[in-house]
Amino acid sequence: MTEPVLEARKVTKHYGHVLALDDADFEAMPGEVVALIGDNGAGKSTLVKALVGAIRPDGGEILVDGHAVHLTSPVDARRHGIEAVYQDLALAPDLDAAANLHLGRELYLIPFLKVLDRRAMRRRAVAAFADLGVELPDVSAPVGALSGGQRQSVAVARAVSYASRIIFMDEPTAALGVVQRGRVLDTIRKVRDRGVSVVLVSHNMPEVLAVSDRIEVLRMGRRVARYAASQTTVDELVGAMTGALELSNGGKGGAA
Amino acid sequence: MSDPQQVAGTPAAPEGAAPPGQAVPSARPADVRGAARRLGGRIVAASESWTLLALIILIVFFTIKAPGKFLTLSDFSLMGQNAAPLLVMAVGETFVIITAGIDLSVGSLLVLTGVMTDLYCIHHGGANAGWGTVAVGSVLGLATGAGWGAVQGFLVAKAKVPPLIVTLAGFIAAGEGVAYLITGGADFRTVPNALVNTIGSGSVIGIPWLIVISFAATIVAGLVLAFTQFGRYTYAIGSNAEAARRAGIRVDRHLIKVYALSGVLAGLAGILSLASFDSTTIAGHAFDNLEAITAVALGGASLFGGRGSMFGTVIGLAISTVLLEGLIIIGVNQYWQEVAIGLVLVAAVYLDQFRRRLRQRA
Repeated sequence: MTEPVLEARKVTKHYGHVLALDDADFEAMPGEVVALIGDNGAGKSTLVKALVGAIRPDGGEILVDGHAVHLTSPVDARRHGIEAVYQDLALAPDLDAAANLHLGRELYLIPFLKVLDRRAMRRRAVAAFADLGVELPDVSAPVGALSGGQRQSVAVARAVSYASRIIFMDEPTAALGVVQRGRVLDTIRKVRDRGVSVVLVSHNMPEVLAVSDRIEVLRMGRRVARYAASQTTVDELVGAMTGALELSNGGKGGAA
Repeated sequence: MSDPQQVAGTPAAPEGAAPPGQAVPSARPADVRGAARRLGGRIVAASESWTLLALIILIVFFTIKAPGKFLTLSDFSLMGQNAAPLLVMAVGETFVIITAGIDLSVGSLLVLTGVMTDLYCIHHGGANAGWGTVAVGSVLGLATGAGWGAVQGFLVAKAKVPPLIVTLAGFIAAGEGVAYLITGGADFRTVPNALVNTIGSGSVIGIPWLIVISFAATIVAGLVLAFTQFGRYTYAIGSNAEAARRAGIRVDRHLIKVYALSGVLAGLAGILSLASFDSTTIAGHAFDNLEAITAVALGGASLFGGRGSMFGTVIGLAISTVLLEGLIIIGVNQYWQEVAIGLVLVAAVYLDQFRRRLRQRA
């Protein structure tokens, strides 16, 4: 049996009196796209934050390749090969794509003086974009001058370049047009095919069904169902999310 | 719109032009036209292009208006010497403004470091003090500037007090408070001759020391800004501090360093000023901060952070200096000069807004 590349076991998180995560479980298997869905307030973003090291859970365990880890910060999570593409993309609009791609991980021409190797960073950026099949008209243009889809590509390329295990994508298509939406989904598949797992957080059920291999449903702070994408429907997912569908398996077995 | 890392006004990086060609192998004529339009747009939008043009127009104007008086070598040398302390302060201000901050304390720190340096020298030989004394006094002055700046940086980064307020308080406390407490309100006029006769009025291979030192500081700082991690983080924080934080950059620590750098450069300006005026000139620097900010803004830096360059700042300072000197030479009432500088500052900030809109349309 293969081990999950990243797993949450009975993770809890309180915000004051609000129980955001109530023994929440989650797992992502190697080389799969797993969608994490749930209604607003179901605890998706809290769970994602816990898994990328942005918050520390009150209880439960997070395991990377079967080993328990304590993620103290997103930077710490990155050391475990966990990357995230945030909804706001977290790009510096005045810097070019190459600079954004290497933000915080610059390459140096003279390491002693911290002199940047801009040529090498540019080369690597071009390679990273080509790798994803992303067309950027100009890697030396400030990211702020790019279109929404291109900016998205820069953020995704950055995560892909460094993620060795898993990438979280929070609503990656929310702000995009139809064509760009298709490109992002292609990118997700490409990343998966390179052996890096992708966790897709999305509200768009048809999109979730189109791109994911598996789907985990979160409701009221805990996992209530798991499905193989090929064996479920939008109605079933919505039912599980809202609780309209009473689940006999209690999220343990699921169809997956 | 220009690559902020670009030192000079060359908006399209040559090595940047090749790689996209590989990514898009079939460059159709429409793409080429698009690229040309983008390049044209970038040159138009590049801050340094506008500023350089404005500087050239000013120089041409004054040369025609006052033939034989303006644009002489001695005139330029004099302008350079007069502007030397301001240039050094504007260099520090450039870093601060690129982080989306502001430093109003520079003129006061100039005064305070001059006072501290001279205070030490007066007690260790006075006018006849040797280079050793001058060196220790200067280090004391620079340390005062750096320390004061670092405290301001700490308040901005950690205590989250807006930079405008922190450095306004610093401006008042250092310039109107501490400097007057130490001097008792009367300028120190005993400055070591060693300092005054060399750095203040001397030259090295024909170039005044004031110009040599201020330009050396500018070039070093410009290289740091354009080519090192320190500069890159400065731009990143001003552009999107949260993104920088999430990328693992220690934003707070970097901000403290930037304000300390501005303080230490104001300190250097203080030593230059002390040497040049042979006095601590405690009452003469109330508007240095605005002049430095004007230079930086004229140079194309965005007051919202993320953009600016050292080359731009130098041109920006040259514009206000040329404007003032030019107006004096053609005999305009000196009070109009202040009005002119005010107008120029507003125009510079308006241009920044204009460029922002241009970029958003692109």
